This record gives sequence, C-alpha cells and structure tokens, in this order.
Amino acid sequence: MPDVRTHEPDDHDNAYAGLLVNDVHWAFGTDFEDPLAGVDATVPDGVEPAALATYCLMLGDDALVMSQRIAEWCSNAPDLEEDIALSNIALDLLGQARLLLARAAAADGAQVPALPDGSPVPDEDRLAYFRDVAQFRNVRLAEVPNGDFAQTVTRILLFSTWRLALFEELSRSRDAVLAAVAAKGVKELTYHRDFAGRWFLTLARGTADSRRRLLAGLDELWPLWAELFETHDVERAASGAGVGVDPAGLTADVDAVLDQVLAASGVDRPDHGPLGGAHGRRGRDGHHTGALGSLLEEMQVVARAHPRGQW
Amino acid sequence: MTGQVSGEWPLYEVFVRGKRGLNHVHVGSLHAPDDQLALRHARDVYTRRNEGVSIWVVRSSAITASSPDEKDPLFAPSGDKVYRHPTFYEIPADVPHM
Repeated sequence: MPDVRTHEPDDHDNAYAGLLVNDVHWAFGTDFEDPLAGVDATVPDGVEPAALATYCLMLGDDALVMSQRIAEWCSNAPDLEEDIALSNIALDLLGQARLLLARAAAADGAQVPALPDGSPVPDEDRLAYFRDVAQFRNVRLAEVPNGDFAQTVTRILLFSTWRLALFEELSRSRDAVLAAVAAKGVKELTYHRDFAGRWFLTLARGTADSRRRLLAGLDELWPLWAELFETHDVERAASGAGVGVDPAGLTADVDAVLDQVLAASGVDRPDHGPLGGAHGRRGRDGHHTGALGSLLEEMQVVARAHPRGQW
Repeated sequence: MTGQVSGEWPLYEVFVRGKRGLNHVHVGSLHAPDDQLALRHARDVYTRRNEGVSIWVVRSSAITASSPDEKDPLFAPSGDKVYRHPTFYEIPADVPHM
C-alpha cells in the first residue's frame, strides 16, 4: 500500500487529521485488487476444500443479500441521518460478503461460475452476480422484502444479534481467513446490534404508532428466526473440522441478548412457529421465498449484461 | 407519519476529537430523537472515514452563542493590546503545542 499522508504530524486542531493515514484498519480487506491480501489462504489440514467453500458461501450470501436489502433504503430512509446509518451497515455487510465469497473461490475454484475467456470479472463478483437463485445459500431472514423502518430495525436486530454470536466463535476458526474475517466483522456487527437495539427500544417506547409498527415487523419476521439455528450438514461438518460454527450451539447466548432487548422494550417474544421449508429444504439448501429472485434480478442485471465489463 | 408525531427532531452540535487531536473540534450538526441516538448518528455521519477517537454531542439549544452585533464590544478592544501576547518571552524548543 502506498504511504498516503494528508496532514502535518502536529496538526492538532483538525478532526480530520487522521484521514487516509495508514493504520491497521486499512490493512486487511480494503485492498482493491486482492481482497485476501495479507492473510494465509491455505486450506487447513483435514478440511474438504469444497465443503469449506460452500460454508463460506452460506455466510457470504447472508451478508450479500442482507446488504442488498438494506441498501434499498439509500435515499429512502425517514431521515438523512438514518439514510447514512443504514448505508454504512449495508456497506459493512457488503465488505464481509466480498471477503467470504473470495475465500469460497480461493478454497474451491470449481464453484465459481465460468465466464467468457478474457473476462476481467473477479471470482467474488462471479459468485455474486452469476449464480442463480437455487445456488444462493443465505437464510431467508435476509431476503424477504423490506417493510417500514420499524421492520428493518427489527430485521437488523435479529440478524446482527445472531451473526455477532456466530462471528465471535468463528474468530477462533482454524481457517486463518475465516478467523480474520470474523475478527474484523465482530466490531462492525457490535455496532449494528447496538444501533438496531437502541432504535428498537426507541420505537417500542415511542408513540402508539411506532410501537404498533414495531410489533407488526417482529410478528412478520419471527417465522424466519428459527431457521438461523437449524444446523445444515455443511455447517455441522465445518464445525466438526474446527473451521466453522454450529448455529444450534448459539441459541442460549443469542436468546439471552434478544430477551434483554425485548424486556427493556416491554415487548413479548412472539409465540407463533417457524416457517417451514419445501420437503425439509430451507435457505441453506437453496430453497428460497419468491422475493430472492426479484432481488437478484435487480442486483445482477448490469453485471450479466456486461460479462466482460470492468468496473 | 401520523398527525400527533412530530417530524422534527432536535438539532445537535457534534464535536470530534481526531486521532492526533488534543481537543474536540466542532465538525457540524445533525438531527436525532435523543442524546444516545445523536451519538450514533454522529458516528455514522462524521466518523465514517476513520476520523475520530471520541465524540461529543450537545443539543444546539443548550449553546449560548455570541451575536455578530456584539463583535466590536467583545473583540475589538483586544486588538491593540500587544502586551497580552507572550511574544516577549523565549519559548524553550522542547515545549510543545504553543
């Protein structure tokens, strides 16, 4: 990385004095050429590369699809401040998706869609833009359409509470890349959870209208909550090999955090059951709601129209 | 928004201390529903390019500001008092931030 400086070292009265000066935050995951620069991408002993790649796609697709949904708020949020906050969260998740899809491609190139010879599209973009609905492995909580702001706050609270617990454990992965991605993501997700938790509390204790909207959003998303803790065979294998996390083991920790937010907000945990799958197949198997198809159509249309495009 | 909900959030002033800064510097203002969310908004709006290590927010209504009309009585009298500036002292080379 070139040594870029924008200020004199003794510039004390400028809040922006730290801008663009190299430090650890810029060292990993921000390289525009190679997202995995600086991390050992060797697949650990005893780990099946194809299974590791599929596991990375699961976590990467969660972030990618969630990011795309949240990004729909850009220019549509209730306030300028919320617009920026939601865009920041979407960008954090997009960064996580990029690293995880790049890790999937590095572990098993066979899962990366083929493009015309000479296409400059990098592997992580091929995975994001050239796979079809049934190849996406995200949980369905990430894909259902946006409702109002209260529903989005609720979705971010549910998603980040679960993903933070997952990443805290994943930061001890035997896979150096997954451990690094998780360690970086923990800080981001801690903020997402804090942001959503505060808004959840504010809306729950705000006006009758804000509370009604929040409860409706929670009711709508609740059937998708249980799926986050259902262990897929790929997750079980990754956990057994010491590279991944078995989500079923997160239940107690995640519930404790969520119950704390619900209690502070005076909101009861909904009691209706989970949304089923088709023949037991769920998001992790590539079985999705109709909403993912239209989301991908919008997200992928430009890249697919220009398979040799350089961005 | 329904009728009884006010669309107007109070205005806050934001002060950020940079990595190498000694003091918090005013960087701008924003709207927020309460103090804690004002802090989160300030983080999102004013520190997204790695600018800060500390943030203060304060309601704009809590700030008492001098008026431009008072400029002369407040500031002009100090203009010709050169003896108030410590320019007649030697400052040792190892004293920083003077």
